Amino acid sequence: MPRTDIGPPKYSEMLPPVIKKNYGRWKYHEIPRPGVLKHVSESGDVLYSIRVGSPRLLSIDFLREICDLADKYSGGYLRFTSRHNVEFLVSEEDNVESLLAELEQRGLPVGGTGNSISNIVHTQGWVHCHTPATDASGIVKVVMDDLYEHFTHMDLPAKLRIALACCINMCGAVHCSDIAIVGVHRKPPKIDHDLFPKVSEIPTVVASCPTGAIKPVPKLKSVEVNEERCMYCGNCYTMSAAMQIIDPKTDGVAIFVGGKVSNARSGPMFSRLAIPYLPNNPPRWPEVAEAVRNLVQVWAKHARKGERMGEWINRIGWERFFKLTGIPFTEKHIDDFNYAMPTFRTTVNFKW
Amino acid sequence: MADAEKPRTPLLDELEKGPWPSFVTEMKKAAAKKGSAADLLRQLERSYENKRGHWKHGGIVGVKGYGGGVIGRYSDSPEEFPNVAEFHTFRINQPSGWFYTTEALRKLCDVWEKYGSGLTNFHGATGDIILLGAPTANLQPCFDELSDAGFDLGGSGSALRTPSACCGPARCEFACFDTLDLCHELTMAFQDQLHRPMWPYKFKIKISGCGNDCVAAVGRADFSVIGTWRDTIQIDQEAVQEYAGAGMDIRAVCEGCPTKAITWDEQKRQLSVNADECVRCMHCINQMPKALRPGRERGAAILVGGKAPIVHSPLMSWVIVPFIKVEPPYTEIKELLLKIWEWWDENAKTRERLGELIIRKGMRNFLKAVGLKPVPQMVHHPRANPFYFWDPEEVDLPKQALPEEVTS
Repeated sequence: MPRTDIGPPKYSEMLPPVIKKNYGRWKYHEIPRPGVLKHVSESGDVLYSIRVGSPRLLSIDFLREICDLADKYSGGYLRFTSRHNVEFLVSEEDNVESLLAELEQRGLPVGGTGNSISNIVHTQGWVHCHTPATDASGIVKVVMDDLYEHFTHMDLPAKLRIALACCINMCGAVHCSDIAIVGVHRKPPKIDHDLFPKVSEIPTVVASCPTGAIKPVPKLKSVEVNEERCMYCGNCYTMSAAMQIIDPKTDGVAIFVGGKVSNARSGPMFSRLAIPYLPNNPPRWPEVAEAVRNLVQVWAKHARKGERMGEWINRIGWERFFKLTGIPFTEKHIDDFNYAMPTFRTTVNFKW
Repeated sequence: MADAEKPRTPLLDELEKGPWPSFVTEMKKAAAKKGSAADLLRQLERSYENKRGHWKHGGIVGVKGYGGGVIGRYSDSPEEFPNVAEFHTFRINQPSGWFYTTEALRKLCDVWEKYGSGLTNFHGATGDIILLGAPTANLQPCFDELSDAGFDLGGSGSALRTPSACCGPARCEFACFDTLDLCHELTMAFQDQLHRPMWPYKFKIKISGCGNDCVAAVGRADFSVIGTWRDTIQIDQEAVQEYAGAGMDIRAVCEGCPTKAITWDEQKRQLSVNADECVRCMHCINQMPKALRPGRERGAAILVGGKAPIVHSPLMSWVIVPFIKVEPPYTEIKELLLKIWEWWDENAKTRERLGELIIRKGMRNFLKAVGLKPVPQMVHHPRANPFYFWDPEEVDLPKQALPEEVTS
């Protein structure tokens, strides 16, 4: 029998000697160039972290390749960031330049530090999810291709965090990102009444609906949906395979903006709806790439130094955000779900 | 693999263009060695043709002794893509902070080469290592060898999900407590809750060493631990002057301060902080890490209730403990978690997250159940409506005893 409940490998076994020695004693850091963090300890020891973008969906060949690089340049140690970047933990300054040269030669992008776009946090999409409204890896690849220079250069007003979720379950804090790309369904579920009794429990499916749109149909041992109340969240489909929510013709992508999790200056903020729908247009989703580029460009042009997307929007006002970005404001932008009321304006202070 | 057997993927080939590293290239590398990866590529090409996923709904699989940790996945077109007819996912608990030796990573690669598709995610959204795609028959032997290699499963289903933490004191001067150790110790203490789903829904713990919140704890964790401090920011005036000398606009840094607690005296070239006004937001420290540091009385705030939109709306975690010392063996934090779980498990409906339950039942009931006293740091502002509850014993007491009783 294998051992069970052994838990993860202990972190301390995974730390390079320079970190073990200086654990909790780091004094400050600098960013000598994009993608390179220099941490200095109270002991005087120095650690360079070389940050590299990865496609997240990795073959074991890629993993072995970065292991080879880590063996060669960082004593056999590396880490991953919370945004899917790889970081080589280099304690010998001489190795920094040679590692950077080899990374360039292998076409691996170095960046994602300071006022740049970091790697996009994303979900599985068509590769491995069973409820997606869009693909994840494909859109991420296209957007990062498009904004590549903002990963390798620190030329933006502040850091920019983009995240993608392939449905509104929003795995991965997508709803608190500067730019959130979210797969959306737009039609009520199609019920398979033959399948329903075999794979579903009526009470759990009825209870799963946040708008109370589902009610039992005892005669069929199934349910029906009040389609006017359905907001296409797909929660019922999660509970029952007979509530098919996926529709290739009408599924697509929405874009939310202005969220953050950091407490710096302003508190954490939710991302808010900017674009209710863009079509799924694989393989390169040109409409999505164009929309994201526009948002980044308008923000980069108008924001003050240090202003995150949401802070900039709060300063200028949403009415000016829609004007500057050229995004049409529609009824979709006005909340009519559970906590809508605090989003309605209760002053006569406007901008035009 | 012979050329004739190579998957034809004209649409996906378009995603090998451009400067960003391509996941399609990764899939092709795996497809050259494994039939399952080749069929995955073919099935994904099909998704790109008809704009929909091709995985069947759900599917329960597992390994002995565990109620979760492996996600069942079946192709909806098994005749066409037989090698992904069963294509299940392992969630493998990552070491705290995602630090690895190459030795450990190579071991994982070797096991996964033997039993799986050779494709992985580093990492999944919750923080686990994701091993993407193995047939049912391979699950147990694969797990056995992963266990021999020192790895264990993460959480899935209505269980504690794999806790995760920022890099903390291992590599960051901002860390206000040992995020890696807390994460590891909580994970070890709650293996049963992690591996055997028995709750109304999922429960997530995320741990950030400072208010920058690099693991997005506030946005997606039911239980968010975020580093902070109680005393005053430490200032190294010489280092401030160095920044000024190097051309940094110190006044602009001060203007970013949300409470105008820091001020720069241009003449004296001194930076000062008004400790009473500072909200410890990290802005100025982020700008001048060499000159400014968190205070010495360090610990964390605990927030609860964060979650993504399903079912009733996205929620951000809110404060229930504004400051707590975070020291091994973390007894207070573990006991608080147990109390929270007991109340949530007792009261929640199916698929009701902690935050949604607290909104339904009221903070008053939650705080009583877990034994926390109300403090002003818990709210943006007090209520504006006059609809609030009194316990019968509160109104039966002599009037002069009320204030003390209400606040204690």
